Amino acid sequence: MNQLAISVQDLNLYYGDKQALRKINMEIEEKSVTALIGPSGCGKSTFLRTLNRMNDLIPGVRIDGEIMIHNQNIYDDEVDVEMLRKQVGMVFQAPNPFPKSIYDNVAYGPRIHGIKNKSRLDEIVEKSLRGAALWDEVKDRLKDRATGLSGGQQQRLCIARALAVEPEILLMDEPTSALDPISTLKIEELVQELKKNYTIVIVTHNMQQAARISDKTAFFLNGDMIEYDNTDKLFSNPQNKQTEDYITGRFG
Amino acid sequence: MARHFDQSLQDVKKLLLEMGARVEIAIDKAVKSLASLHVPMAQMVCSEDQKIDELELQIDDTVAKLIATQQPVAKDLRLLIAAMKIASDMERMADLAVNIAQVTIELKENNLGLFKELEDIPRMAKITQKMVHDGINSYIDGNIELAKSLAKTDDQVDQLYFAIIKELTAYLPGSNENAEVALKLCFVARYLERIADHATNIAESIVYIETGKQADLN
Repeated sequence: MNQLAISVQDLNLYYGDKQALRKINMEIEEKSVTALIGPSGCGKSTFLRTLNRMNDLIPGVRIDGEIMIHNQNIYDDEVDVEMLRKQVGMVFQAPNPFPKSIYDNVAYGPRIHGIKNKSRLDEIVEKSLRGAALWDEVKDRLKDRATGLSGGQQQRLCIARALAVEPEILLMDEPTSALDPISTLKIEELVQELKKNYTIVIVTHNMQQAARISDKTAFFLNGDMIEYDNTDKLFSNPQNKQTEDYITGRFG
Repeated sequence: MARHFDQSLQDVKKLLLEMGARVEIAIDKAVKSLASLHVPMAQMVCSEDQKIDELELQIDDTVAKLIATQQPVAKDLRLLIAAMKIASDMERMADLAVNIAQVTIELKENNLGLFKELEDIPRMAKITQKMVHDGINSYIDGNIELAKSLAKTDDQVDQLYFAIIKELTAYLPGSNENAEVALKLCFVARYLERIADHATNIAESIVYIETGKQADLN
């Protein structure tokens, strides 16, 4: 077994009075892909956002329990949230490039973290774009506006932007739901490449995608994590009736 | 929620039921044709085999389309994989019934008669027919207990098989007509024993569907 990248213990999350996550316990190995599935409103995206404290930005959210990354509870007071989000990057559902050039989109994060040297930035931009399997398509037009790229290219640019600050963990919230099948396939193949170096946690509504790309899958329902197992096991022989009903399309 | 997929699954089950019924009849007729040396009945077994082959292809085709278009998972997927395996087992059973029917035809062509009335072979056939019947029913109802008990019956078939072989080998020395008939009947016993093995495979497929685990029931 690989080292643990993330260890979640007894995590509860409340939006005001409403409990949105109930006693979640989960261990995620380094350099693996973990898929979170479940019907809308089950808590999977909320859970994903707890992993880099994106929920801190939502008023009325209360969290207890622990999320350990490198033996540090990320909800401890002394944790620098910006450093945490550098370590745990995020890619969203709709590609959201900045209205800047392709180059500046990727260089944005490193610049914020104090890198000014041009050749160092060039290096990071190339490495990140290569890492996101976009370099060959954009290397001759790095100064073009990012918004001129296709949807699939924009999403890979967002992945490159996330990679530019050298995270360890990448969170992806339905990263292909706005993309056509070919762009989706490219992102899925990219995920397989990325897991050699990164730990990836991905929320997807596409169960076949979860089955194709993840090592482990967690099924969420009404704020509970119902089942968490190796993906091939969960999709071929789930242990829980609710999981079976969901993945075979009997509800949800 | 009623799913379109469930309807398709029912269609597969219907095809398997029809195949199973035809296989049972084939075994029954093949052994009866042998016991009475009734050639037209044997020929009917041979000619009806084609329909069973077609049913297998139809099941394979339906399952392949369902996998391609519905991407089934979990028990849905296991039901379909098992349907293909069961269809393949039944197709082999029907071929073995044809082999038995061909023995009837060969005996008649060579003017050979049975030197005694058949007892154990029809008994073996009855048990194997029941195994096929139970196999299909356990698939339709998801009845794992029935599947397991049918697999146990395979031991009775094996015992009968060895008893028949022992009895018939007494006729083998020498090269008289009885030896030739005895040899052919040994083959028949062997065919029935193989049919029972295929029925046991069906039982194993049922265990796989219901539990997700591969079982060796014999």
